Amino acid sequence: MPSLRDYRDRIKSVKSTRKITSAMKMVAASKLRRAQEQAEASQPYASSMAEMLARVSANVVVSAASPKLLAGTGSDKVNLIVVVTADRGLCGGFNAYTVKEARQKILALQSEGKDVKIICVGRKGYDGLRREFGPQIIKRFTDVLGKKRVDYAEADKIANFILSSFEAGEFDVCTIVYSEFQSVMVQKPLSPQLIPFKINEADRQKEAEEEKAADKILSPYSFEPDEEGILAKLLPRNLGVQIFRAMLDTSAGEHAARMTAMDNATRNAGEMINDLTLVYNRARQAYITKELIEIISGAEAI
Amino acid sequence: MSDTQIKFELVSPEEKLVSDSYRMVVVPGDEGIIGVLPGHSSLVTSLKAGVVKMYKTNDDKDPARVFIAGGFADITPELCTVLAEGAVNVNKLNKADLDKTLADLNEDLNLAKEEADKKRIEQKIAIVKAKIQAVSDA
Repeated sequence: MPSLRDYRDRIKSVKSTRKITSAMKMVAASKLRRAQEQAEASQPYASSMAEMLARVSANVVVSAASPKLLAGTGSDKVNLIVVVTADRGLCGGFNAYTVKEARQKILALQSEGKDVKIICVGRKGYDGLRREFGPQIIKRFTDVLGKKRVDYAEADKIANFILSSFEAGEFDVCTIVYSEFQSVMVQKPLSPQLIPFKINEADRQKEAEEEKAADKILSPYSFEPDEEGILAKLLPRNLGVQIFRAMLDTSAGEHAARMTAMDNATRNAGEMINDLTLVYNRARQAYITKELIEIISGAEAI
Repeated sequence: MSDTQIKFELVSPEEKLVSDSYRMVVVPGDEGIIGVLPGHSSLVTSLKAGVVKMYKTNDDKDPARVFIAGGFADITPELCTVLAEGAVNVNKLNKADLDKTLADLNEDLNLAKEEADKKRIEQKIAIVKAKIQAVSDA
């Protein structure tokens, strides 16, 4: 049977754990706020970019002559998967879910007989995939999210790497796997395709219709240089923006998940302290009673 | 819609930098500098490194200047949106610093061995040169 001191030590240790988890929760909360602000600030650029892409592509017919980023290489043999996760753990199942999504994606592709190459952004994705798919990981970028804010330059670096290997013909299709930040409680793993770029049909239709309506009163859109030329510049840029968005979402999601996880941990520690205190008090009482009985029976014996 | 002012937005991937109404905005288009007045015909264009100038009035002697390293402009009769890369306020650029950066980059270029590195450094040099140009014009 554990002694009273054991209980006391145990309670003390749980208490200090609780202090740590509640501090981590506070830190995560303030980082989350910053990440959310940043995600909001980057929204106008992303939406203008999407609008512009839809507008330009409404005037372009996809053909073999179109930029490769749009038309594809004509094959889908080699797939590149970009996995975006956090650099640190202790944030519940956040990284695990993203890794799981990536893993399923990779296995599905492999069972179709396709080659898979992997780029890991964030340390945890690499840790999670290394054992199973080690040789397929061609590049990893770590410590890109751990800083105070997500830097666009980092996203640009990753985009440039992907573009240069695409131009070198190292893969045909590129998909990015990341967790979309839906709310503080919900982060959903997604895997949109980056290359070849898929134009959102609904946007494109809407834009074409709007343009038709606008044609009657206003001059039609002109493009400088021509549509193809703009598209050729817009698409690589769009890749960077998509990656940047994935990184921002991951950063916000990571902090949100950590906040929730640490909140739970703090609450559980509190419950544990209550239980332990109860057991401790009971043991203490039993000990006192036992001593009293010993004294009384000792006195009676005389 | 105001006849004399055009709404102008300058956004970078990280944040919205400018959102205001101006009499005229001058953007460095890939195929020539474009002055955008209200009622400009609809146009989408790519931009090269250069200075975006924003004129408040017809005889604005001191337009706000922002340097951009490239990007795109989406122009409609009422609104001009610029998606910019590497945007910096021209006032914040310093010729001495830029000259130093240019010298450093030239040095890097001489040291660079791989073709890809050279290309990247050359791009950077082009941007720094454009920045120096922007500062000396101001």
